[in-house]
Amino acid sequence: MCVIRTEELLLNVGPQHPSTHGVFRIIVKLDGEIITEATPVMGYLHRGTEKLAESLNYTQIIPYTDRMDYVSAMTNNYVLVHAVEKMMGLTVPERAEFLRLIVMELQRIASHLVWWGTYLLDIGALSPFLYAFNDRERILQLFNELCGARLTYNYMRVGGVKWDAPEGWIDKVKAFVKSMYGKLDDYHALVSGNEIFLSRIKGVGAYDAETAIAYGLSGANLRSTGVKWDLRKNEPYSLYDRFEFDVPVGRNGDCYDRYVVRMEEIRQSLRILEQALEQFPPEGETMGKVPRVIRPPAGEIYVRIESPRGEIGCYIVSTGKAEPYRLKFRRPSFVNLQILPKLLVGESMTNLVTILGGIDIVLGEVDC
Amino acid sequence: MSEGERKRPDEREDDVSAASAGEQRTGALEDGVSAVNIGERRSGAPEDGGSAVSAGEKRTEAPEAGAAATGAGTSRPEAAETAADGARTEPAAPARRKETEEEKAARRKAALEAREAAKAAKAAAAAQDAAAQAGSPGAAQAGPQAASPGAASAGPAGAAAETNEPPPKPPSPNQPRLDRAVQLLRELVADDAVESASINEANDHLPTLVVRKERWLQAAKLFRSHEELNANYLRNVTGVDYETHMEVVYHLLSLDSGHNYAIKVRTDRDRPSVPSVTPVWETANWNEREIYDLLGIDFPGHPDLRRIMMPDDWEGHPLRKDYVPLDPEV
Repeated sequence: MCVIRTEELLLNVGPQHPSTHGVFRIIVKLDGEIITEATPVMGYLHRGTEKLAESLNYTQIIPYTDRMDYVSAMTNNYVLVHAVEKMMGLTVPERAEFLRLIVMELQRIASHLVWWGTYLLDIGALSPFLYAFNDRERILQLFNELCGARLTYNYMRVGGVKWDAPEGWIDKVKAFVKSMYGKLDDYHALVSGNEIFLSRIKGVGAYDAETAIAYGLSGANLRSTGVKWDLRKNEPYSLYDRFEFDVPVGRNGDCYDRYVVRMEEIRQSLRILEQALEQFPPEGETMGKVPRVIRPPAGEIYVRIESPRGEIGCYIVSTGKAEPYRLKFRRPSFVNLQILPKLLVGESMTNLVTILGGIDIVLGEVDC
Repeated sequence: MSEGERKRPDEREDDVSAASAGEQRTGALEDGVSAVNIGERRSGAPEDGGSAVSAGEKRTEAPEAGAAATGAGTSRPEAAETAADGARTEPAAPARRKETEEEKAARRKAALEAREAAKAAKAAAAAQDAAAQAGSPGAAQAGPQAASPGAASAGPAGAAAETNEPPPKPPSPNQPRLDRAVQLLRELVADDAVESASINEANDHLPTLVVRKERWLQAAKLFRSHEELNANYLRNVTGVDYETHMEVVYHLLSLDSGHNYAIKVRTDRDRPSVPSVTPVWETANWNEREIYDLLGIDFPGHPDLRRIMMPDDWEGHPLRKDYVPLDPEV
C-alpha cells in the first residue's frame, strides 16, 4: 500500500494558445484540476500606441486606433475623432454622422458575431463559427465597398468621414439588416437551447453587480449583473438619442447571462440600424468645415463611447499643437480582463476557457 | 498604399476648407492682439507657445480662483494671486502690479463693459442663457460678491481670472456640484485637501478637482463612500508627464446619479509617488501598474506593483517625455 504523492502543478497557458484569442498568457497553479491561483501576463502585443501618438498629428493617429481593437475598428476611430471634434467644437454634417452611426452598429454586430463564433469554438461547438463568420463576412464586404478595407478601415476623420456611401450601399445594408433578423433566430435555434452548451456556461464565472462595479467592468460584463448602464442611453453621443432601442440586462452575472445579453444586443443594433437607414439623409456633405491643420485648443478632455466590449475612452491633453501632448485610451478589454484571476480561483481547468471567452477580450486592445 | 491614403485626405481637406482655414488663421492672430473676444482656452494656446506646463497650469488655476471667490465662499489670497499672475500674460494690462486693488477692480469692470458693448450680439444670446439659469445659486452669489467692495482682493481678482472668458457667462450647471464636493473634502478630509477646483467646460462641464497627494487616499474613500458623492465607478486612470511634475488623473462616475468627476493628483517628477487607490476601487490595480510601468510613478499601498506591458527587465519608463530608447532604430 503506498500513498500517492500529490503536489501543486504550475501550468503555463499561452501566449500562443487558440483559446486566449491572441497573445495572452496565463500562469495557473493547479491542485488536481482545480485552479488555486492564476497570474495573467500581458504585453506581448504592446506597441506603444500612446507613445507613438505623441509624435503624430491627429489624422495620422486614426489608423493606429484601427489596430487597437481590430475586431471593432470603427468604434475606435470614432472615439478619437469624437474627442478631437469636441475639443475644437466642430459640428459634423448629419449625413456623415449617420454614416458613422451605421458603421458603428454594423461593427457591433460583426464584433458580437466573432465573439459568438469563437466562444462556441472554445467550448467545443465547431459549426457555429462557420455561420458566424459567413454573416460577418457580409458586413466586412459592406465595409469594403464603403472604404476599401475589411478590417482596418481608417474611415472616420475629424469633422466627418472619408468616403461617402457608394450608390446602392444603403439598400444593401437594408437588405442585410432584414436578413440578419432571421439569421439571429437561426443562431438561437442552433445553439441557445443546447443542453450541453447550457451546462457548460450556466452558473459559471458568476459575480455580482457590486464586484462588477468595483472592478470597473463595462459592456455586457457589467450588464449581465443587472446594472442597466449603456453609454448610448446613459450618456448619449452621436445620434443615439434619436432612436428607440432597449438595453438588455442579465440577472446572475454568469457566462450564460453574458451570452444572452450579447445576443440580444445584436437584435437591438439591428433595430437601431433599421431606424437609422430609414432616416438616412438622401444627400449632404460628408465632411464638415475643418481647419487644414487640426490643432485642438489647449486643454484636456475625456470622452467615452460604448464599444462592443464596453466603455472605450479617450483622454487627450492638448497644448494647442497639432500633436497631442498626451493621449490615453481607456480600453475596455484591459479593464474587463482584470477580474479574470478572481473568477478563476476554485474553478476547474475546463472553465478557464469558458470564463476567459465570456469576458470577450481583444489582445490588441489589452496591450495597446 | 497607406501613405498614399494618408496624403489624400489632406489634399481634399485643402479644397474643402480653404476658406475656413483662412478664417481660422485670422482668428489665431487676433488671439495675440486682443484676448477680448476670444475664449479663454483659445487665447491660452498661442501665448504660452511651447510651454505645455503653463498652459495646463493656467487653465486649471484661473477658474479655481473663480470658484474660491464665488462658489465656495472661502477667500484664498494665494489662489487669487496666482490667478492674477495667469491673467497678467494678457497684453492689455501691462502695469497691473502697481495698481491698487480698487483701481484694478474698476478697470476690470470697465473692460468688462467695453467688451459687452463690442459683442452686443453675442451678449444678447448669452443673456438669454443667463436668464435661464438665473435661479441657480451660483449666479446669485457671483453678482453681489463681485460688486461689493468688501470682498477686497479675492472677489475682484477672481473676476479678473475670468476676464479671458466671454463676459456675462452664467455659471456652469455643475458648479454647485463642484462646490459641494470641495466643501465635503474640506470638512471631512482636511482643510488643505483641495488644491484647486474648476469646471472643464469643453468636457461637458466636468467638475475637476486637484487633490493634495497626502490627502488623496482619504479623499478617495470619501468619494467612494459618501452618499452624496457616491462615486462607485472608477472609469479611467491616466498618468501624465508634464515635465515639471507628474499628474495622475482619475475619472470617477456615480452609476446611480450619473455624476462625473475628474480628480487630479500631482506629484514631483524626481521621485513620483501617489498613494494607491486599489483598496478603494479594485479596478485601479492594473491601471496603476500600467502607469508605474510606462511613467515610473510609484503607488505605495498597491498589492502587486510590477511592470505590466514592458518586459520585467526593461530599463526606463517609455511614456516619460525624456525617455531615450535603448536602440534608436526600434
